[in-house]
Amino acid sequence: MNFETTIGLEVHVELKTQSKMFSPSPVSYGAEPNTETNVIDWGFPGVLPSINRGAYELGLMVALALHAEITPVTHFDRKNYFYPDNPKAYQITQSEAPLATNGWVEIEVDGHKKKIGIAELHVEEDAGKNQHEDDGYSYVDLNRQGTPLVEIVSKPDIATPEEAYAYLETLRQIVQFTGASDVKMEEGSMRVDSNLSVRPIGQQAFGTKTEIKNLNSFAHVRDGLTYEQNRQSALLLSGGSVRPETRRYDPNTKETILMRVKEGADDYRYFPEPDLPPVTVSKEWIETAQGRLPEMPAKRRERYINAMGIPEYDAGVLTATKEMSDFFEATVTAGADPKQASNWLMGEVSGYLNANHLELKDVALTPVHLAGMIELIDDGTISSKIAKKVFQEIIKNDTDPAAWVKAKGLIQESDPAVLTPIIDEILDNNQQSIDDFHNGKDRAVGFLVGQIMKQTHGQANPKVVNDILLTELNKR
Amino acid sequence: MISKADVAHVAELARLEFSDAELDQFTAQLDEILNMVDQLESVDTTDVPVTTQSVHLENIMRQDVASTPTPLNELMANVPTSKGNLIQVPAIIDKEED
Repeated sequence: MNFETTIGLEVHVELKTQSKMFSPSPVSYGAEPNTETNVIDWGFPGVLPSINRGAYELGLMVALALHAEITPVTHFDRKNYFYPDNPKAYQITQSEAPLATNGWVEIEVDGHKKKIGIAELHVEEDAGKNQHEDDGYSYVDLNRQGTPLVEIVSKPDIATPEEAYAYLETLRQIVQFTGASDVKMEEGSMRVDSNLSVRPIGQQAFGTKTEIKNLNSFAHVRDGLTYEQNRQSALLLSGGSVRPETRRYDPNTKETILMRVKEGADDYRYFPEPDLPPVTVSKEWIETAQGRLPEMPAKRRERYINAMGIPEYDAGVLTATKEMSDFFEATVTAGADPKQASNWLMGEVSGYLNANHLELKDVALTPVHLAGMIELIDDGTISSKIAKKVFQEIIKNDTDPAAWVKAKGLIQESDPAVLTPIIDEILDNNQQSIDDFHNGKDRAVGFLVGQIMKQTHGQANPKVVNDILLTELNKR
Repeated sequence: MISKADVAHVAELARLEFSDAELDQFTAQLDEILNMVDQLESVDTTDVPVTTQSVHLENIMRQDVASTPTPLNELMANVPTSKGNLIQVPAIIDKEED
């Protein structure tokens, strides 16, 4: 019996706002516990929530970037559940009339493109955080309570763990470009819940699905889903049946472990939030949100490939984040050759950032300086060896590369009138190498070039040196 | 007509524990309340559009500007037990998440 797999992903994305979704207390990451909250977040009696217009607009931007249809008239609902991280005993969310519906993203797996549908997006508030300690108590920090979230729910279009991985990568990239969220799994600004079911090929109804929790990276999502797909298939093949379960992923064993069996549907008793009036999203507001969106990564890749001659793979790397893509474009605008700008960004710059765990915004390098350095290489002012020194300077300090190489005396020497006497002197002192050269030992040339570079402190133009050296050698 | 099982279910969702006698008592009381609310059914609502609200307002929103949080000592005044800045609660038996 062969099976087909259906995967559903619910992605929570924290919106980058100054204040909470329904209260004006501040949003920040890593503040002292319970210092960024107010009486609304704590659900004190008599408090009145209010809708953060900025947060809703970020939600609109995400929805538009995902090609979703904005719901014109919407309201909020209460989702009731009892848990210490949720002092009101309900979460304000959108259930009946979500922010937007019916979006899609295009993914690519092994060269095959596929559209993955998005069923809906809704705006809601985050809960606080529980810390469990071994003294028999749990401890609650409500700083995160009320942080604006957008939840993005996929349609049952994802058929393999690899597609799930590609979907998450694509989604993260698009949301990152909107600027609505940092979308960092490691900081919790992007979180993924996944579910999976299998059914015999040809069967109409979906199989029983299980949910997987504790997925802290896209790789965990992929590996957890792979394990779950195999587990369910084996279970059905052996004549068993899949139970509706919540399972936990263990990254050490790459297995999923039963947490609990779900008994009956969750009972959240949704009802319209009486404290918040409905929201009508005008055409003008949608246009404003649309106008705030930058050109999206797929469009940019197309342009890099077709108009700038950048290879497809490189275009993908350059559009991994909006910052990298913007930096690349600004470097080209500052006069750099696109291919060279791309090579530097993907090579030395990315290498430096990775090695030092930094992001582009953390270093002093500017597009103008990078373009300036590339120009110095292009016109022969500096050698590619010296360029590495210049790079180390301009990535750490706000230094103009042309002025710096001049001040440091690093300008490449290309003048034959200067280089020829130096080369002649070295040849005079190395008769053995000249003999070796005439006996067909090519290594002699390498040795002599090394001597010349040493003499000129690496500033001699290697191409010019080579030409003169060969001419001079043949004369002797 | 609300059943005793409904009341027990709602109590469970609210993490409340009641004796059998209490469940009977609340079932009877809730039933009376619901019967009273049922009187609303007698109002003719033909041509009245469905609504989610009782005040005729819309688009009441605030700008995304942060204000000063409530001081910790004021918030903590209502917390029975705490440790440092954290609210202490009974250990949570893992129901939903880690």
